[in-house]
Amino acid sequence: MNSEVRHHLSEELLTAYAAGALPEAFALVVATHLSMCDECRAMAESLDGIGGTLIEGLDGAAMDAGALEAVMARLDDAPAAPIRVDRGVLPAPVRAYIGGDLDAVKWKPVGMGVKQAVLKTSDSASARLLYIPAGAAMPEHSHRGMELTLVLQGAFEDDSDRFGPGDVEIADDEVDHTPVADVGADCICLAATEGRLRFKSWIPRLAQPFIGI
Amino acid sequence: MVAGTEKTTDAPWVAEMRRIRDDRDRAAFAALFGHFAPRVKAFLVKSGAEPSVAEDCAQDVMVTVWRKAHLFDPSRASVATWVFTIARNRRIDLLRRDRRPEPEDLTWGPSHEPDQSEVVEMNQETERLGAAIASLPEKQRVLIEKAFYGDLSHREIADITGLPLGTIKSRIRLALDRLRHAMR
Repeated sequence: MNSEVRHHLSEELLTAYAAGALPEAFALVVATHLSMCDECRAMAESLDGIGGTLIEGLDGAAMDAGALEAVMARLDDAPAAPIRVDRGVLPAPVRAYIGGDLDAVKWKPVGMGVKQAVLKTSDSASARLLYIPAGAAMPEHSHRGMELTLVLQGAFEDDSDRFGPGDVEIADDEVDHTPVADVGADCICLAATEGRLRFKSWIPRLAQPFIGI
Repeated sequence: MVAGTEKTTDAPWVAEMRRIRDDRDRAAFAALFGHFAPRVKAFLVKSGAEPSVAEDCAQDVMVTVWRKAHLFDPSRASVATWVFTIARNRRIDLLRRDRRPEPEDLTWGPSHEPDQSEVVEMNQETERLGAAIASLPEKQRVLIEKAFYGDLSHREIADITGLPLGTIKSRIRLALDRLRHAMR
């Protein structure tokens, strides 16, 4: 949890997350931000409350005869699994997608020292981890739909502002931006995009079909 | 309420949740099942599931309630809200075949419990939220319901404004601060 977060998720995104309407890749960015930002987490859990009042107010649909017995037969009498507070370098939702922590990420170079690891999500949007060496720039790119970029470690700056750990940048269509990592430390980000990323300089664009970005 | 056990709170179903968590109390679970299983099934049917599928999933949701009882935090959510989150996640899994990424778990741990006053206040906030939603203009209320039944895309949800969240957010924020302090 990071109390220095300056760039938060929008109410629209948090509402869509509470309603379960976000593509998986975006939901992953939201869940990861919520792990780092209690301000947004409080908002997200408030929005869950709307779903709670909805469920409470419903006329129930009768369960099948024997449903309770069937469920009872599946219950385990053992005490609930003990709570593990396992802290890692990466937040828990990201670790769940990697199947491990930072040392288990399978990075692929995308040029100029920048590396990425695509995370497996449903096709409606894509998620990736980005590694930008200290002081280096991401290749300039634009994208068709929305892009969320969440800083996990280090910091980057682009035309709009500076983004540190826990900060999320929400970029709309056709924004051309060139994030540059702070000189102090390598920057690791989690990014989700609706469309494919399009790089502007022709060499990365030529390489695009091969590197799967 | 099951007779003979101390009533620790006025917040509905919280006492049953504690007995499920601490004593693996099947009578408490049966009471919870009677209230929530039909509502979860109705929620899934309204979300577009076939009744037989909704039945199976509502049963799965109730098994999850039992298994994850130790993760329920009555200072941050009503039992109905917590059951909703499990049902929603099951629906995403079922109808879209997506995984549902969730934030890291936060729990009080065996040596801490939320203050009783926080539990009571959270219950009051939840009741206020329910009343506020009920008093919205019908058009807006229907839109919110459609969103939570999964009938709106995330772009359509961007048009929903003026949700009557009131003070529930600051209440949850305080509860998170206390929890973070206890976890240290």
